[in-house]
Amino acid sequence: MLKKREVAVISAVTTKCGEHWDKGIKDLAWEAGVKAVEEAGISGKDIEYLVVGNMSGGMFVGQEHIGALVADFLGLNPIPSLRVEAACASGGVAFYQGYLAVASGLYDVVAVGGVEKMTDVEPEQATSVLAGAMDFEWEAYFGATFPALYALIATRYMHEYRLKPETLAKIAVKNHYYGSLNPLAHFRNKITVEEALTSPLVADPLRKYDCSPISDGAAVAILAPLDIAKKYTDTPIVVEASAIASDTLSLLKRRDLCTLDATVNAANKAFQLAHIEREDVDLIEVHDCFSIAELLAIEDLGFCKKGEAQNLVEEGQTYIGGRIPVNTDGGLKAAGHPVGATGVKQIAELVKQLRGEADKGRQVDGAEVGLAHNIGGTGATAVVTILSRRGA
Amino acid sequence: MKVGIVGYGAYIPKWRIKAENIAKVWGQDAQTITNGIGVHEKSVPSLDEDTATIAVEAARNAMKRANGVKPSEISAVYVGSESHPYAVKPTAVTVAEALGLTPYVTAADTEFACKAATAGIQACLGLVKGGYMKYGMSIGADTAQSAPGDALEYTAAAGGAAYIIGGDGVLAEIEGTCSYTQDVPDFWRREGSLYPKHAGRFTGEPAYFEQIVKCSKSLMEKLGTKPSDYTYVVFHMPNGKFPLKAASILGFDTKQVTPSLIVQKIGNTYSGSSLLGLAAVLDRAKPGERVLMTSYGSGAGSDSFSITVTDQIEERRRLAPPVQYYIERKGYLSYSIYAKNRKLFRE
Amino acid sequence: MSATAPPAHWRRMRERYRLLGSRCETCGATFFPTTKVCPKCRRKGKIAQVEFSGRGKVYSYTVIHSAPKMFEQFTPAVVALVQLEEGPMVLSQIVDTDHKELKVGMEVEACFRKLFEQEQSGIISYGFKFRPVNDHWGKYYDNKDI
Ligand SMILES: [Zn+2]
Repeated sequence: MLKKREVAVISAVTTKCGEHWDKGIKDLAWEAGVKAVEEAGISGKDIEYLVVGNMSGGMFVGQEHIGALVADFLGLNPIPSLRVEAACASGGVAFYQGYLAVASGLYDVVAVGGVEKMTDVEPEQATSVLAGAMDFEWEAYFGATFPALYALIATRYMHEYRLKPETLAKIAVKNHYYGSLNPLAHFRNKITVEEALTSPLVADPLRKYDCSPISDGAAVAILAPLDIAKKYTDTPIVVEASAIASDTLSLLKRRDLCTLDATVNAANKAFQLAHIEREDVDLIEVHDCFSIAELLAIEDLGFCKKGEAQNLVEEGQTYIGGRIPVNTDGGLKAAGHPVGATGVKQIAELVKQLRGEADKGRQVDGAEVGLAHNIGGTGATAVVTILSRRGA
Repeated sequence: MKVGIVGYGAYIPKWRIKAENIAKVWGQDAQTITNGIGVHEKSVPSLDEDTATIAVEAARNAMKRANGVKPSEISAVYVGSESHPYAVKPTAVTVAEALGLTPYVTAADTEFACKAATAGIQACLGLVKGGYMKYGMSIGADTAQSAPGDALEYTAAAGGAAYIIGGDGVLAEIEGTCSYTQDVPDFWRREGSLYPKHAGRFTGEPAYFEQIVKCSKSLMEKLGTKPSDYTYVVFHMPNGKFPLKAASILGFDTKQVTPSLIVQKIGNTYSGSSLLGLAAVLDRAKPGERVLMTSYGSGAGSDSFSITVTDQIEERRRLAPPVQYYIERKGYLSYSIYAKNRKLFRE
Repeated sequence: MSATAPPAHWRRMRERYRLLGSRCETCGATFFPTTKVCPKCRRKGKIAQVEFSGRGKVYSYTVIHSAPKMFEQFTPAVVALVQLEEGPMVLSQIVDTDHKELKVGMEVEACFRKLFEQEQSGIISYGFKFRPVNDHWGKYYDNKDI
């Protein structure tokens, strides 16, 4: 077995997320790629290997072969380049693959990208494409949508833990608040609990403001071994751990509907690898594709007991200054959810925070350790990555 | 060999529309109409119900009552309807598959306006009595079509009934059957047309009454029976008036007809009509009581059956819900939702 | 869509028509959807087909207000996770119900419905859905005037 090397992020960037009518999948990848290379202070020629996360170029824009496409468009030929797919966790899985490539010693400078162009299809069509991440034969075939599956979790959660819709609304309010402070967010508007609770029902009890939007966007991170990274930057961000776990594709066979076991398993593994305690984590970027998912994530990552995340939300403990700041960029809800890019976008936010470069009003002071949590489907894939500024 | 009904089952969709709500849309006087046809409300299928789903529900109820009959022992399935979901691809195979009767089974859709399923019962009788199979099943089910604004709109309803025919475990013996058929253009739907057309009052005397009366008489003559030998008489029910008139022509009194006269509450379920009427009678009949049933299909023909209830009826009917349960299980739709469910809005 | 193409529909048709799953004859565990292996008994498990009774309880539910084209006509549709009396969980719609009566634990039974139609001239997909259980019909047989 190859000896594991310490891996660091030299740069990590994201495009603005939203409805980019004037940009196709190549344009988005280009924008993020160029920005990442510039920020890293490297030349494109330094990149030895490229991994791209993309959920469904084929269904969204009729384009497959995304690995080669991005390498070509960024002028990186003939380096090895491939695409990985794990639904909404494609970005997180791409990052994991890049991490493995550097940690193993096989490559030094690796680019990890994520890109999704979602708005060329009608929203109903996008809903159908996203349904491909669930068990098509036994969930989608019977009329389930993604909001519906998370609504099933929410209804059960409400039944078991007396969760109120107001609490879910407060999650959306927080995420929109941080979105308002993030120039790259899909939504920059603040909302009130009242607005969230009166927004149209999508899948009862989830309303419009409980659901993340359909966004276009791309994100790129550049990885290198820690010693090499120091040549390029004074603030290399160390990848303390990156871990993936899987679970049943459908909700039918879950051990517990209100727990995403993949999150639990990936988190336990990541904390074990990183030799870091939960108390040492200064902020978390979690996969809030729906408000209920943010609640589940806080619990399943181990920051509180099952059923108790609602107290943290009610007490405002998930804001900066609270016990555990969550989604300081606005999360998937407000910052946007370009599915294949989301996992890399989360890394970009953590890197910004750990370098103390976050926008005014949303910097977690003195942040040393951050955690990113990226989910595919209803939790069939979970990726947990822990970063620190130990290398700075 | 005693051959007859081994199991029977009914199904009526939950939804109803009141005649007055239809009349309001077309500017007609509801009172005049309901008095004229004797139908106050009719059943309407949900968007996800069609002849196949209704047939499966009725057939599953029939299986529950056919105590001990194994799916593999049923070797024929006929589905009679004039609203088969496909023009080509049999409803009967879907039913056979849903009941687990496949693959050693013959299946076919029959069409003879509202009497297609009684033709299926006759086929089953022949196959069973001839020793070709142990059990056969015939189902009458429809989600009857009617053009918006047509007089048929007040009655064209949805529902169905299924009958398992065999010689073992008979709960109602069929002692005799006969048919009466002529080419009469009283009601039709051309290939590709969405709604049927009808010849107004011509559907009465030369069509419905001629076939029903002559067919019923012919069977009674053959068997040497008379109206007073029967506790119940069941006719096809295009409206609430025709069956009563046919009964009176034949010398039956109202009391013999009313137990089967479910048309007032659910409308005309076409291929399901006379068979649902018979099911309502079997839900209450005592051992030894006799039933005369005569179906009617436009175009035109009738099939008559003389039936005697056996002492197995009382135990077995309790194994599935009665027609009255389905009649009372209801929710009302507005005309607009009815129009959506019946796909009256087309792109 | 290829996933709803006739052969794909046909491969799962019986399971959807009759609510078929698997049973491990070694340990008695039941599974839905059908499985090729018992996770407990592994190679020692003998897997057989089982037809579920269709009886179960609502484990969780939602009312869908925004659906893909294929299901648009059914909105607002109730989708539920139903725990079958034999144990396994299934997902389908609940029909013939007043949304106000929905609750976790509600008793339901399987019925046979159209799942969707593949445009106007395509095939019709049928399968199980659920409706509220009504066991009170027995009373009609005790009333002589029905
Ligand atoms: Zn086993």
